[in-house]
Amino acid sequence: MTDTSLPRRAPPRLAALRLFATLLVFWLMLNGSLASDVLVIGVLVAAAIVLLFSGSFSVLSGHRLTPDALIATLRFVGLFLRELVRANIAMAALVLNPRLPVSPALVKLRTGLTDPVARLLLANAISLTPGTLTVEIAGEWLFVHWVVAPTTDPEEATRAIAAGFERHLEVMYG
Amino acid sequence: MSGVLDILGGLLMVGGAAFLALGGLGLWRMPDTYTRIQAGTKATTLGTLLTLAGIGMIEPGWALKLALIVLFLMFTNPLSSQVMARAAHRAGVPLTPQSRGDALADDEGRAAE
Repeated sequence: MTDTSLPRRAPPRLAALRLFATLLVFWLMLNGSLASDVLVIGVLVAAAIVLLFSGSFSVLSGHRLTPDALIATLRFVGLFLRELVRANIAMAALVLNPRLPVSPALVKLRTGLTDPVARLLLANAISLTPGTLTVEIAGEWLFVHWVVAPTTDPEEATRAIAAGFERHLEVMYG
Repeated sequence: MSGVLDILGGLLMVGGAAFLALGGLGLWRMPDTYTRIQAGTKATTLGTLLTLAGIGMIEPGWALKLALIVLFLMFTNPLSSQVMARAAHRAGVPLTPQSRGDALADDEGRAAE
């Protein structure tokens, strides 16, 4: 959470355009309508927000827009949903098991991702997948609480928990 | 009102409720703060998603707003559970004795109390 000094990939104008598009899409989804008054208000307010704050919203600016990155994004979401279902069922089985066979550990992972938003997404994906919970991030190190930890070795833990998500995030955030 | 969607939506919501109930059971059964956070905040992720998907089936007009709710949940849920776990760890809440190790405590140079 400390490195904010990384170079931003997208040029300012492109980043502003993306922010504008994102805000507008959110507004339209929230209204569930494409009526002209809704559209006009959305465009005006999104433009005002972009003019005032485009320097300080960075969530989208690192994401690449190449076809590869878009495919990787879809794969990331797919992998994530699959893991979510699988891990929820595993957690349910664990909770229902009379012996409650937990072997928790707080393990350390090293991520190869450098983009702060990519790291955030990795940490969130890990946290949202039941059974693993990101407790702390320090630079490239993630500390993850694991309900059924087969290992406490950082290398093996990284492979087991992070590698799948990382592969796609690397393409998305290059 | 299409019957098939209603039935499918109902089934999804029952499935969601089942996962939410299991999350509650996990909250009660788990041995320490961290495992409870895991069971209580995250076995419920799928439960909430299924429930919202079920609502979407029954009221298709709400689908976009429901999708937004899902998106917000997916960003706020992991952040809140992470912050709770970090606060607990900083306050020195111990891991259950069944635990196999605490790399964060080791790194901070103090024994896992």
